[in-house]
Amino acid sequence: MDFLQQFCQQTLNGLSLGSIYALLALGYTMVYGIIKLINFAHGDILMVGAFVSYFVLKQWGITPVTLMLSFLPAMLFCLTLGVTMEKLCYKPLRNQPRINSLITAIGVSFLLENGARVLPMIGPNPRVFPTLPVVNYNWFGLVSISQVQILVFVVAIFLMLVLNYIVSFTKIGKAMRAVSFDKGASALMGINVDRVISFTFVLGSSLAAAAGILFASAYPQIEPYMGIMPGMKAFIAAVLGGIGSIPGAVLGGLILGVAETLTKGFLSSQLSDAIAFGLLILILVVKPSGLLGKPMGEKV
Amino acid sequence: MLKVENLDVYYGNIHALHEVSFEVKEGEIVTLIGANGAGKTTTLHAISGLIPIAAGSVRFLEQDLTAALPHQIVQLGLAHVPEGRRIFANLTVKENLEMGAFTRKDPKGIKDDYQMVFTRFPRLKERLKQVAGTLSGGEQQMLAIARTLMSRPKLVLMDEPSMGLAPLLVKEIFEIIKEINATGATILLVEQNAQLALSIANRAYVLETGRVVLQGDAKELANSEEVRKAYLGG
Repeated sequence: MDFLQQFCQQTLNGLSLGSIYALLALGYTMVYGIIKLINFAHGDILMVGAFVSYFVLKQWGITPVTLMLSFLPAMLFCLTLGVTMEKLCYKPLRNQPRINSLITAIGVSFLLENGARVLPMIGPNPRVFPTLPVVNYNWFGLVSISQVQILVFVVAIFLMLVLNYIVSFTKIGKAMRAVSFDKGASALMGINVDRVISFTFVLGSSLAAAAGILFASAYPQIEPYMGIMPGMKAFIAAVLGGIGSIPGAVLGGLILGVAETLTKGFLSSQLSDAIAFGLLILILVVKPSGLLGKPMGEKV
Repeated sequence: MLKVENLDVYYGNIHALHEVSFEVKEGEIVTLIGANGAGKTTTLHAISGLIPIAAGSVRFLEQDLTAALPHQIVQLGLAHVPEGRRIFANLTVKENLEMGAFTRKDPKGIKDDYQMVFTRFPRLKERLKQVAGTLSGGEQQMLAIARTLMSRPKLVLMDEPSMGLAPLLVKEIFEIIKEINATGATILLVEQNAQLALSIANRAYVLETGRVVLQGDAKELANSEEVRKAYLGG
């Protein structure tokens, strides 16, 4: 019983962490799907989102309502940042070899991290993210779920449903899928490819901002480098699920989150990252296109 | 309707088109024929704005397209069925058609055009919810044409519509092209199958290594000694 209890508890914790990875992984996978770029600066958007929310909450005080409201400015700020980043850094390189924009992405990542360190209002020292008083709810004597975890699930599921609606049913969402399949043919349909790419950054960056607030609520210490590890994990999650695949990113994120907490709970907390990266290597060896990814090279 | 003058296009260092000039008048079917690598597809890409024009000009309905972007060109009523069909295999047939109507903002007109497409291509109606990648080659070509018609084009550029299709289907596709022309759209057709292209075209231009070497009435060209030898196999 004790084992079962701990297993369920760790799985729940893993799903909660995994939802945050999934939100972040969606941004990686959508941007990759559309311009074949691994946007290494994506994890740092999470950090920016967390800081925007931090400043808002310091201004307004922390209540459940202000916490929810702080998603708005954080997402708006980050989507502006994401679109600007794309216009200034990636668009000029679009017809260059892919490695150029990849290196640029790493540069943008350093710029955001160290830019935040230099800014007097942020600086290098960790700060405590405002949190609500901890309340735990017990489910059937089996697992206890915290208020923060409920917040994570509610926000993550809501945002994923919204995203699914946009991508499946709206005109711009269909255009996104068309552009990710064939840019030239999309342009011939009258689709403004640049605008669709910008829109992809809008979606990805707002999800990253939301992930940032959730991450900061779960691990309430924020600093300029806080986006690196979740960014890496989300990237792994996206590859694990099949980069370019939206359901794959969600699945990959959840698997990675659960694997991480189970390792922490049953093996050792030092091994958890090794397991995450080991999982990536394993998948790349066994199924290079990822769990839900399509095999490459079918285009004639 | 379409006037291409002294078009020069480069792929890197390769000079792909040399001062290509031709004209398409309203209501016509004009074909560009020539061997592989003669520059037929390149010409269409240059008109549609997919590749930059180094020199010369493209005018369509009195508007200069030389520096226009592909999505702006579509809005003017110039649509392009690309070589190899290039349908969105990950989208359903319905979504492919919606993408064809992407620039339009008249829901009622779009609805009418769905009906028009379904009457012309009843097989697409049966497969509306199907993912386009699962269609057969002939159906994919029909979808590619139908998708383009959804933009209600005045001029349609068609690139190798017969490619990879069985002879019977090729015949069907060409019947459809004639019908589309008869119902008001002007057509600029690029074909490897010169005989077939000349049989439905009003006028033709022959391209060779990026230059227009011959031009004239399609029937006359089909009978000319030169063309027969070079492109019609005797």
